[in-house]
Amino acid sequence: MYNPFSLEGKTILVTGASSGIGRAAAIECSKMGATVVITGRNKERLDETYLQLHGEGHIQLVADLKEEESISYIIDNVPVLDGCVNNAGITVTLPTSFINKDALNNVLQVNTISPILLTQSLVKNKKIKNGGSIVFTCSTSGVYNAVVGNAIYSASKGAINGFMKNAALDLAAKNIRVNAVSPGMIHTNILESGIISEEQLKEDMKKYPLKRYGEPEEVAYAMIYLLSDASKWITGSNLLIDGGLTLL
Amino acid sequence: MELKKFIENFASQFDETEASVFNADTVFKSLDEWSSLMALSIMAMVDEEYNVSIKGNDIKNSKTMEDLYNVIKSKL
Ligand SMILES: NC(=O)c1ccc[n+]([C@@H]2O[C@H](COP(=O)([O-])OP(=O)(O)OC[C@H]3O[C@@H](n4cnc5c(N)ncnc54)[C@H](OP(=O)(O)O)[C@@H]3O)[C@@H](O)[C@H]2O)c1
Repeated sequence: MYNPFSLEGKTILVTGASSGIGRAAAIECSKMGATVVITGRNKERLDETYLQLHGEGHIQLVADLKEEESISYIIDNVPVLDGCVNNAGITVTLPTSFINKDALNNVLQVNTISPILLTQSLVKNKKIKNGGSIVFTCSTSGVYNAVVGNAIYSASKGAINGFMKNAALDLAAKNIRVNAVSPGMIHTNILESGIISEEQLKEDMKKYPLKRYGEPEEVAYAMIYLLSDASKWITGSNLLIDGGLTLL
Repeated sequence: MELKKFIENFASQFDETEASVFNADTVFKSLDEWSSLMALSIMAMVDEEYNVSIKGNDIKNSKTMEDLYNVIKSKL
């Protein structure tokens, strides 16, 4: 069947695949024909994702991206890839005057430093094929808009947006494409810290022109596009997936 | 933990509202300067000063300063 968005025959690494957007990305990529390598910290949750994958030959790697050794562990255990989704991420809500070094280091390590070093190592070790595609999960926050109390998180994602563009330029010589997706609020565990009450979330949803938050699959579909040959001439772009929020 | 000190810490997050406005019975969410950012600042202050994590719902369910003080005390 004619399908320019197919991932048939491609091998794709997804970080943060044990929950939320990463889980949906892994499952949807497998449904589009890819072999996936999934990684996350939590073995049980990673297993849950694994069980929902379609097809055969998928690999799971338990690794904590806060530890530097994890990157070499992943590099040593991944086959040569056609694509990589740098998606693992955390958040913290702290008004600017309450920012502290530990919270800052913690978020930057997972959201910014590890994805950059993982990308560097994959390329250096020739684990991404010529013609491959790298996708980052950015955010509207820090790229297109700002949210009260979200400064650390915005800094981490703004930095990734900058890295994505520059890596796109550097890696064009190897015909490796680098892009990002920027979701608005998506229904995942990331919202469940309780810092923001349920009522506030309901109010917040009404602000979206499309009147709801997104679903993890709705981000996964955009990732699939960027991973597939349908986007062969797209590099350095950051695709907005926000139900119209930033139109306002 | 002491109510008087808690009220001081709470009041110091505000810029426009006089410190004298704050007492045990103050219905803090009805203050003009109250906002979602202020709620986050109060949560961060409580975490810093008392090492207690309060949630959005704890603030929502507290009417007066003393109500919130009691929530924090129960989590110490
Ligand atoms: N949800 C939203 O509204 C939203 C909006 C914009 C952008 N995003 C971004 O989307 C990405 C995925 O978030 P999500 O909403 O799907 O959140 P989630 O459900 O909390 O999932 C986060 C994922 O990241 C992994 N992770 C966190 N810390 C890690 C570490 N130290 N080492 C390895 N893996 C780690 C988690 O693995 P374990 O559970 O195994 O630890 C989990 O698989 C993040 O980059 C986030 O910033 C989310």
